[in-house]
Amino acid sequence: MDNLNSLLDGFAAILTPGNLLIALLGVTIGTAVGMLPGLGTAMAIALLLPITYGMEPTQAFIMFGGIFYGGMYGGSTTAILLNTPGQSSSVVTVLEGFKMARNGRGGQALATAAIGSFVAGTIATIALVFVTPITVEFAIGLGAPEYLAIMVLALVATASVLGSSRIRGFASLLVGLVIGTIGIDAVTGQQRLTYGVPELANGIDIVVVAVGAFAVGEALWTAARRRSGRDEIIPVGRVWMGRSDWRRSWGPWLRGSALGFPFGAVPAGGAEVPTFLSYVTERRLSKHKGEFGNGAIEGVAGPEAANNASAAGTLVPMLALGLPCNATAAVMLAAFQTYGIQPGPLLFEKESALVWTLIAGLFVGNAMLLVLNMPLIPVWVKLLRIPKPYLFAGILFFASMGAYATSGQSFELFVLLALGLIGLAMRRFGIPMLPMIVGVILGPMAERQARMALQLSGGEASGLLGGPVAWTVYGVILVIALWPLASLLRRRMTRDREAVAT
Amino acid sequence: MTDADKAEGAVEDPSAASGAADDAAAPTGAPGGGGADTAAAEAKPGRDLQQLWVCGFLAVLGVLVIVDAARLGGFTASNDPIGPKPVPIILGVLLFAVAAFYALDTVRGGHGEDEGANAGDRLDFKTVGLLCAVFIANALLIDWLGWVISGSLLFWGAAIVLGSRRYFLTLAAAVVLGLATFYGFAIGLGLGLPAGVLQGIL
Repeated sequence: MDNLNSLLDGFAAILTPGNLLIALLGVTIGTAVGMLPGLGTAMAIALLLPITYGMEPTQAFIMFGGIFYGGMYGGSTTAILLNTPGQSSSVVTVLEGFKMARNGRGGQALATAAIGSFVAGTIATIALVFVTPITVEFAIGLGAPEYLAIMVLALVATASVLGSSRIRGFASLLVGLVIGTIGIDAVTGQQRLTYGVPELANGIDIVVVAVGAFAVGEALWTAARRRSGRDEIIPVGRVWMGRSDWRRSWGPWLRGSALGFPFGAVPAGGAEVPTFLSYVTERRLSKHKGEFGNGAIEGVAGPEAANNASAAGTLVPMLALGLPCNATAAVMLAAFQTYGIQPGPLLFEKESALVWTLIAGLFVGNAMLLVLNMPLIPVWVKLLRIPKPYLFAGILFFASMGAYATSGQSFELFVLLALGLIGLAMRRFGIPMLPMIVGVILGPMAERQARMALQLSGGEASGLLGGPVAWTVYGVILVIALWPLASLLRRRMTRDREAVAT
Repeated sequence: MTDADKAEGAVEDPSAASGAADDAAAPTGAPGGGGADTAAAEAKPGRDLQQLWVCGFLAVLGVLVIVDAARLGGFTASNDPIGPKPVPIILGVLLFAVAAFYALDTVRGGHGEDEGANAGDRLDFKTVGLLCAVFIANALLIDWLGWVISGSLLFWGAAIVLGSRRYFLTLAAAVVLGLATFYGFAIGLGLGLPAGVLQGIL
């Protein structure tokens, strides 16, 4: 019951006019940025993070809760109306959502996505309230070797599970790890990879990395392809759902939430797998199988709920272990760090009020989105009519503003451009961005844990391996790493057998 | 800035930029790229050999990381048995390994996600270059002119480069945006943006 009391305190902290206004502001600009084509939730948070630098931590985190859900909400709207998934987790939503919009049922698609996101977000945030303290209890018993193992798992899994090509995932991860190494070594104070540039001594801010790779990279990518024409935007009618839409949506919402949350809560579970699973499940269970592929409402409701639930689920390892497993969580972790707060098992003891305010802020932001933004969707859609030159000029403008504000030095702008060029190259060559972002923030943390483990064991290498928990995790890593070998062998064997048979 | 140079080396059109070619050609040959060079001569359609630039970039990064690590004093202490050296060395070795496997994958016809959509396109490096120039101008001018002026120039320049032809309307939008963000974020929310030459006027 302690948790519920703390949560109520969190609500009490939010329900003042000033803080509600901040939550509203967060929700609104989160939606606006999330809607911009080509940018997703993580981008919305990274771009908007710097504007919270001048605020009190509590207010900053209230705004964050709003931006978090607002960004997701905006992202799914763009995906449905423009047939452009801003992030990999929206890919499945687009399948049916765009077809529905084509058939003149765009309003219903947006409504089921919005209400489904609300339902899933609420369920997942409630689950978060109960699961996180349990994870904390488990995490408090873990030592440095176990943390190291879990971090290595998260790194290997993001690089190899997501995306179509492992080698490109690892390339991206290594670039991220190198960027994370730049700066003064925390233990010995020696400068690494700064090559005598004093501005690099403090390292490269994760916000600059995320904004550079996502936002500046996207702007350069658009410039490189000379696509100045406007995308086709499908007009939306009234955003509402009829009785049959409700009947067909509530099941997928609940099943999607149930699928999404656990995947999000596991390190590197991601949102792609649960959204896809949800789509397949709904197609199997649906009484309207024929509509799938032509705009079935279940195919929007389920994946969209799974997407949101998984996003809330990623907050569990982020808050309880200090372990960010997607770009959104990585940027949020950076936000905690700018306030001198280190997420992890001790967070709930040390900064209890702040965490519960953040969680309460998630509830409030989610509810605000439903009440205030759903009727406003047609207004938001007008944002999509901004001509491309203005849109991307604006993105560069805000990206520069945010990057400059991280340290107040124009040097950050050069770093931002360098990362934008890396982002451009990654888009050109189809290299996934997420492993790099996660590597930047998780790499230095993993190194610190490794050195701490060795320090505790007095330099004995066995100290790195730790106890049974770490062994289990390394076992999982081996399975992930060796999986392609196993399937390759299986393919070879079947091919040999076929060769013999013929 | 080394990162930026190398990134540009990897991004620029390889057929055009001879300066950048010197930069990246050497490492492409070094790690597992020996076979790649001969393969480039007999390029088949369907293989995206420009990916070798990425391998080159990874290898250069590996060299930079290892050279820097070698420079570090290898001293250890009782509270830090391994020191700051091993992690960069591991990263450098892994970078070489990944660059080699990447090159192998490229030569065997591998490609990234949604390759069909992007690989064939001729990229417009002139626009990218101009956009970078506008961006750098902002970086150089921001401390002197202040955010309102340099940010407005950034927006205006970027919009023009990206194809806007309504110069005055764009300029008006840029100035409004510059002023609005300065008053809203710097003065309202306490964000650290410079006033520059307009110090005292704003």
